[in-house]
Amino acid sequence: MDFLKVKNITMQFGGLFAVQDVDFYVNRGEIVSLIGPNGAGKTTIFNMLTGVYQITSGTMEFEGQKLEGKTPQEIVELGISRTFQNLRLFQKMRVIENVLVGTHIRTKYNFFDGLFRTKAFREEEAKNTYKAIEILKSIGLENYMNSYVESLPYGEQRKVEIARAIATDAKLLLLDEPAAGMNPSESEDLLRFIKSLKDKGFTILMIEHDMNVVMNISDRIYVLDHGKMIAHGLPDEIANDKRVIEAYLGGERKHAKNRKS
Amino acid sequence: MSRISETIKTKGLLFTVERFFDRYKWVIAIVFGILAVSVPFLGLSRSMMRLLVMIGLYSMLGMGLNILVGYTGQVSLGHAGFYAIGAYVCALLQVDAGVNFWVALIAGGIFSGLVGLLLGLPTLRLSGTYLSIVTLGFGEVVQMILKQWDSVTYGNYGVRNIPKPELFGFTFNQQNGGFYIIILVLTTLTAIGCYLLRNSKTGRAFVAIKEDELAATMMGIKTSRYKILAFVLSAFVTGIAGGFYSVINNGYIEPTNFTFNISILIMSVVIVGGLGTIRGMFFGSAILMLFPEVFRFLNEWRFVIYGLLLVLMMRFRPQGALGWQSTLPYRLTKETKKLLENSKAAADTNDMK
Repeated sequence: MDFLKVKNITMQFGGLFAVQDVDFYVNRGEIVSLIGPNGAGKTTIFNMLTGVYQITSGTMEFEGQKLEGKTPQEIVELGISRTFQNLRLFQKMRVIENVLVGTHIRTKYNFFDGLFRTKAFREEEAKNTYKAIEILKSIGLENYMNSYVESLPYGEQRKVEIARAIATDAKLLLLDEPAAGMNPSESEDLLRFIKSLKDKGFTILMIEHDMNVVMNISDRIYVLDHGKMIAHGLPDEIANDKRVIEAYLGGERKHAKNRKS
Repeated sequence: MSRISETIKTKGLLFTVERFFDRYKWVIAIVFGILAVSVPFLGLSRSMMRLLVMIGLYSMLGMGLNILVGYTGQVSLGHAGFYAIGAYVCALLQVDAGVNFWVALIAGGIFSGLVGLLLGLPTLRLSGTYLSIVTLGFGEVVQMILKQWDSVTYGNYGVRNIPKPELFGFTFNQQNGGFYIIILVLTTLTAIGCYLLRNSKTGRAFVAIKEDELAATMMGIKTSRYKILAFVLSAFVTGIAGGFYSVINNGYIEPTNFTFNISILIMSVVIVGGLGTIRGMFFGSAILMLFPEVFRFLNEWRFVIYGLLLVLMMRFRPQGALGWQSTLPYRLTKETKKLLENSKAAADTNDMK
């Protein structure tokens, strides 16, 4: 049984195929990168996987469970969590509260427990707060725990997003450009952190433009262009793949072909 | 002293004041609590007592609306509707069915909450301006029903001869400070309830929805369910406040007690005091109730001043008078601290090995 298996998924918006017949898989414990030029459909794939979009056709399976037709909440419950390309944090909440929101679906008390501060509430709350603090420590945010997200530097906010995604007890993390807007030393730290996540048993599917990050930590790489998967392989193979270089830099041959037709 | 001036220099005067209030919030709360409890024994004039009762009532209404607007970020311009429903259910149950006040009060709150559920359902797909318009319409519809449904609501004539609340032979009224005692208890319970709610997963889910609904969804929060819950809780609190209002208004209520102006007044309490805070509701209510009294000598001009104040406030302090974010660290519970200490102790012993 594959961990994540996606077959022939298509996303059509009116006449536009944002993603067309894309296949890929992710094995347990891997770091897989999804790269491609802007507008290639990478984030669309994340939105399809997480139930933001209902896919036009195709199948998606996670640990043997179908993902298509499920709500985003059900998908989080199964163990897939994501971050966003343009940060979507709860700006006016504290860092720790953001992470606690991540623990929401694993929190087993109801509204009345909260209102009457029952034993179940106190135990769960303590357990989750402890968990949140541990996650923040592991990502190096313990000093920002009490701060409000809006007061944090951009790079730190990206980390909060990852911490929040981890807090859902996800097995598969979808990271949408985690290194965007980071300086080289920050992205170096992030690289190390993502590697440590792998050691802790997380599986990661990542969209990233920073080739230093991609080439250094990916087990495998998929390349997407104009909604189609154009290449798949090990980092070394991808770096030397003609189609990939063409997609990114444009190629003589492609133009010539276009002109003829 | 030098430390304070240091803080003023580095962080600004406003921050220093805010931090002062945060640090001594319990002292301030206790002082206010003692003052509030001693009010009935101070021998205040009847008009003064009535004013204090109204401040309490609007604090409660503010807290009710705050659950919806301040926490969950959904605007309602029709809260007078819930207020009216609570008042009418409470009054009619007493007058026509002879139900005890306390039972009628709870029934009014529950009924209002149920209507909140019904209103919450169709508004799930709406937000912002569209939601405001639907809620505005709701407030008007409620008022129309109260005016037209003569056989039940007595129409424009209103419900009359609403009895005074009693408990163990004690009759609560304005003179003996009974109304004040009831609203003090209700407001305190609401404030505690709001505090506990805000610091639980429910409250965090509410605020998460306000901050970013898509992100909240992606964290697995069932946003529809929580938005409806916010509507129900808000309507419940407002309905209870309405039930209380029905007995303090000289024994009668009529549809014109619950006009659009009341919705706006409740909204103003929330905005002036500080969206999403509890302290702000008391402050906002006090300001808005005191304002017309203090500036009575200005006659019609006071509304000009009032409008001007609101405009200036939106320009210079949009978060509301007391709407600052806490400057204190996140409060860890006893149980959490224990867990943290245990893990630290475990780590230390590992180091020693």
